Amino acid sequence: MTDTIVEHADQHLAKGESLIEMDGVGKSYGAIRALRGINLTVNAGDVTCVLGDNGAGKSTLIKIMSGLHPHNEGRLTVDGNEVVFSSPREALEHGIATVYQDLAVVPLMEVWRNFFLGSEMAGGRFPLAGLKIKEMRRIADDELRKMGVVVKDINQPIGTLSGGQRQCVAIARAVYFGARVLILDEPTAALGVKQSGVVLKYIAAARDAGLGVVFITHNPHHAYLVGDHFIILKLGASVLDKKRSEVGLDELTAQMAGGDELAELSHELGR
Amino acid sequence: MSHNVQAPEKLTAPPEPSNRVSLGLSNRVLARPEVGALVAAVIIFVFFLVVAPAFRSPESFFTVLYQSSTIGIVAVGVGMLMIGGEFDLSAGVIVISAGLANSMFCWWFGVDLWVGALLSLVFCLLIGFINGYLVMRTGIPSFLITLGTFFILQGANLGVTKLITGSVSSPDISQMDGYSSLQKVFSSSFKVGSVTIWGTVLWWIFFVALSAWILQRTRIGNWIFAVGGNAASARAVGVPVVRTKIGLFMTVSFLGWFMGMHTLYRFNTLQSGNGVGNEFLYIIAAVVGGTLLTGGYGNAIGVAIGAFIFGMTSLCIVYAGWDPNWFKAFLGVMLLLAVMVNLYVKNLSTKRKVGLA
Repeated sequence: MTDTIVEHADQHLAKGESLIEMDGVGKSYGAIRALRGINLTVNAGDVTCVLGDNGAGKSTLIKIMSGLHPHNEGRLTVDGNEVVFSSPREALEHGIATVYQDLAVVPLMEVWRNFFLGSEMAGGRFPLAGLKIKEMRRIADDELRKMGVVVKDINQPIGTLSGGQRQCVAIARAVYFGARVLILDEPTAALGVKQSGVVLKYIAAARDAGLGVVFITHNPHHAYLVGDHFIILKLGASVLDKKRSEVGLDELTAQMAGGDELAELSHELGR
Repeated sequence: MSHNVQAPEKLTAPPEPSNRVSLGLSNRVLARPEVGALVAAVIIFVFFLVVAPAFRSPESFFTVLYQSSTIGIVAVGVGMLMIGGEFDLSAGVIVISAGLANSMFCWWFGVDLWVGALLSLVFCLLIGFINGYLVMRTGIPSFLITLGTFFILQGANLGVTKLITGSVSSPDISQMDGYSSLQKVFSSSFKVGSVTIWGTVLWWIFFVALSAWILQRTRIGNWIFAVGGNAASARAVGVPVVRTKIGLFMTVSFLGWFMGMHTLYRFNTLQSGNGVGNEFLYIIAAVVGGTLLTGGYGNAIGVAIGAFIFGMTSLCIVYAGWDPNWFKAFLGVMLLLAVMVNLYVKNLSTKRKVGLA
C-alpha cells in the first residue's frame, strides 16, 4: 500500500512546495452563495484538514479543487499557474485525484473497470486499442488487497460490494492515480474502526511520500491524528484557520460541536 | 509535531483469501445479458421449424438473416446508445432521409451519385450531432429531443419530396452515374449453391463484431457503460461524458445512413413516408437482447439476437401460411415472451447459489 503511494508519487515534489493555492475563492449557485472568501494552501508533504457541519461548504470546496464545478470568485492557483478547471479530467491531468463522498462508482460495472474508469490501460493510443484487461484485473486486485479488502471476485459488479468495500475501492483508486494531490471527502464515514485506521495510515503515507493531502471530515479526532493544518467552515466561510502548533484537539472539538453557540445554548438551557 | 506519527508499517496483504470463490461456468454463462435472448430465439426457432415447413431450408434461413440485417444494422448503434443511457426515436426516419437526400440532390443537380452519398453522410452525422448536442446542452431527456427530430425529419421527407418531384416517391435514379458501383457496395448479393447471401448480412456481422469489440475491449466501451450507468460518477473520474454521448448519437445516425444507402440502391426509388415505426423495432431488438432500458447494461451479441428474433418472426408468419395481417400481433406476443424468458433466465442466474454452480 505505502509502496504504491511512493511509486506513484511525482518524484519532483519538494516538501513544503505549494501545490494548490486558493485566494478569496467563492462559489455561487444562482442566488445561493455556497462558499466565500476561502484562503487555503495545500503544500507538498502536508495534510490540510477541512472540518465543518453539514452544509458548511466542505463539498463545494473540494468540488472546485477536483474540477467538478468551476469557482466564480477569487483565484485558484495550481503549481503556480492560475486555473479554472472545466472538468475533473483537467484536475486529474494535474495529478489531483479525489475520493468523492458519493464515491463516484458505476454500480453495474465490474470492480476492476470501476478502478480504472477514466484512466484505462490500453495497448495503444488509437481509439480502438484493446484494453490490457488481465493486467488491470491484477493491479486492481493487488491494490485492494493492500488495503485489506478481498473481494469475492474482481469481476463482480461493484454494486454488489458493501458500502465500506466500495469506499475502499474509491480510495485505492485515488491513491493509485493521484500523483501530486490527494483529496478525500469524508473517507471514513462508512468505515469501521479498523478500516478507518487503514485510511488514516494511507493519508500519513501519502504525506510522507510528499503528496499534498486534503482531508475533509466530520470527525475532529480523525483529523487531529494526521492533520498539519486545520480549517473549519461554517455557512460557506472559514471560521478557524490554524496550524497544528496553534490549536489543540479540545479547541477543534469545541469548534466543531458549535463552539460559542454551544456555550450559549448551555447557558440558555441553564442546568 | 505531526511528523512524530510513525511511518506506517507495511500492511501485509491477506494471504489467499478464504472467501474467494470462483463461479462455475454455467453461472458465469447465465449471467451474461444475451443468454435470455438466445434461449428465447431457440424456442421461437424450433416453434417455427415445427409449424412452418417452408422455413426448413437453407434458402429461407438466409432470407431470414437478410430480413434481420435490415433491422440489425441500425439496432447495433441503437443498442450502444441505449447502453449509454439514451434513446434515439429519429433512427427510423433518418434511414429514409439519408436515401432521399442522396437521390434527390443528385437528380436535381445531375451530379454523380457518389457526391450525393457523401453529402447524405455528412447530413446524417450532423443530425446525430445535433441530437446529441441538444441532449447534453439542455439536459432535456433524449426521448423528447429525438421525438422532435423524428417529426421534423418525417415532415421534411414528405414536404421536400413533394416539392422536388411533385409526388410522394423519389425519382428513379437507376440510370445515373455511380449507381452500379454504389449498388455493389451497399446492396449486392451472391449465390452459394441455391442460397442467396446478401452483402448486408456480412456488413451486419461486421458491425456486430466491431460493436462487441468496442464495448468489451476498448476504453470507449468502458466509457459507454459508465455514462449509461452513472453519468455523474463517470464525469467525476475523468470520463468525457459529453463527447461519448454525442459520439453515440452520431454512430446511430451513421448506421441509419448506411441502411438508407442500402434501401436506396436496392429499390432505386423510396417512398418518402416510410421508416416510421422502425425506431421501435431497433429499440425492441436491443431490449429483447438484454439491454437495460435505463442504460449501463447490455451487449452487442444480445442486440443481434434480438434483431434475429424480429427477422424470424416477420418472415415465418408468411412461411407458416398465416395471414400476414396478424404480423404485428404475433410480433408483440413474441416480444413479450422473449422479454419474459429473458427476465426468468436472469432471475435464475442471480438466485443460484454459488456452491451449486
